[in-house]
Amino acid sequence: MIQGVQIDLISADRLDKMTTMEKIRLILDDVMEGNIVVLEKGLTPDEQSRLIEITMREITPDGFSGIEMETYAPKDSGSSGGLFGKLLGKKGSVTRMTVIGPANQMKTIKKDKDLISAWVSSR
Amino acid sequence: MNFFIRTKKRLSRYLNAFFKKRQSRIGIYGPPNAGKTTLSNRIVRDWTGDALGPVSEIPHETRRARRKEGITISNQNGNRVTIDIVDTPGVTTKIDYQEFIEYGMEKDEAVKRAREATEGVAEAMHWLREDIDGVIYMLDSTLDPFTQVNIMLVGIIESRNLPVIIVANKIDLPDASASAIRKAFPQHPVIPVSGLEGNNMEELYEKMLEHFG
Repeated sequence: MIQGVQIDLISADRLDKMTTMEKIRLILDDVMEGNIVVLEKGLTPDEQSRLIEITMREITPDGFSGIEMETYAPKDSGSSGGLFGKLLGKKGSVTRMTVIGPANQMKTIKKDKDLISAWVSSR
Repeated sequence: MNFFIRTKKRLSRYLNAFFKKRQSRIGIYGPPNAGKTTLSNRIVRDWTGDALGPVSEIPHETRRARRKEGITISNQNGNRVTIDIVDTPGVTTKIDYQEFIEYGMEKDEAVKRAREATEGVAEAMHWLREDIDGVIYMLDSTLDPFTQVNIMLVGIIESRNLPVIIVANKIDLPDASASAIRKAFPQHPVIPVSGLEGNNMEELYEKMLEHFG
């Protein structure tokens, strides 16, 4: 049997149909099994905040120690939020491809504005 | 006549109580060991003579958010702002008790510290979503600012439209580079300071008056 790491690529279409908690559970359940999750479209800032919070609640001694996550900074999409948003000058942002893995298996080697290098080991 | 004056005063008191805005809560956020508690202590000591919490070289010394109410910052032009300072646990996406054992802790103590640290990070995120009105984002200027936690947290702060000042801390150290932080976050004001030595705190206080006033 080939030794290696399972990588799950989740499409933007699938993510769009999910609630915040469904996305977070999908990611954490997958990562806690030792898999790497690639999201075609990243999480919103609010979802990222909740992911950090729930990740912390899942950490156990000698078990799950958290996640390593890599994404680029969101892109500014210009005005959003309809007429009110435009009148108020409110700006939206587009989330970008995101890679999430178990902290004890994935390490970032290099990260800058347009290049992320990560290293992944099997368990 | 006395009746009218008394009524006017009473009405004014009720209206003030009803419309009085609570003091802004300014959260000091950042990754572990950026110097958040050192800076919080410096601010609180400069304006009240008090202190907020203990500091340590071991990460996650602050494992509960601590609030100091009613800090009034002012300048020579008579500008002033009264705020609450909230010192928060360092934010991270991973915590392993083995890290604390490397600092010489016994296993039981390290496991306890790790458990408290996870609770502290969750608490810090909750404060940011619910109870914070402005942020001082602390970075260690001797380290690369392009980390996932920094990018995520600044994104979360921006999405909530909170006023933010980025502090490039530890400028007293030889490897410090505030310019790397300015390059990473050009959209926000970056103030280089040494929370430990108290260097350039005046510029930070001026920026706080401008941003949080």
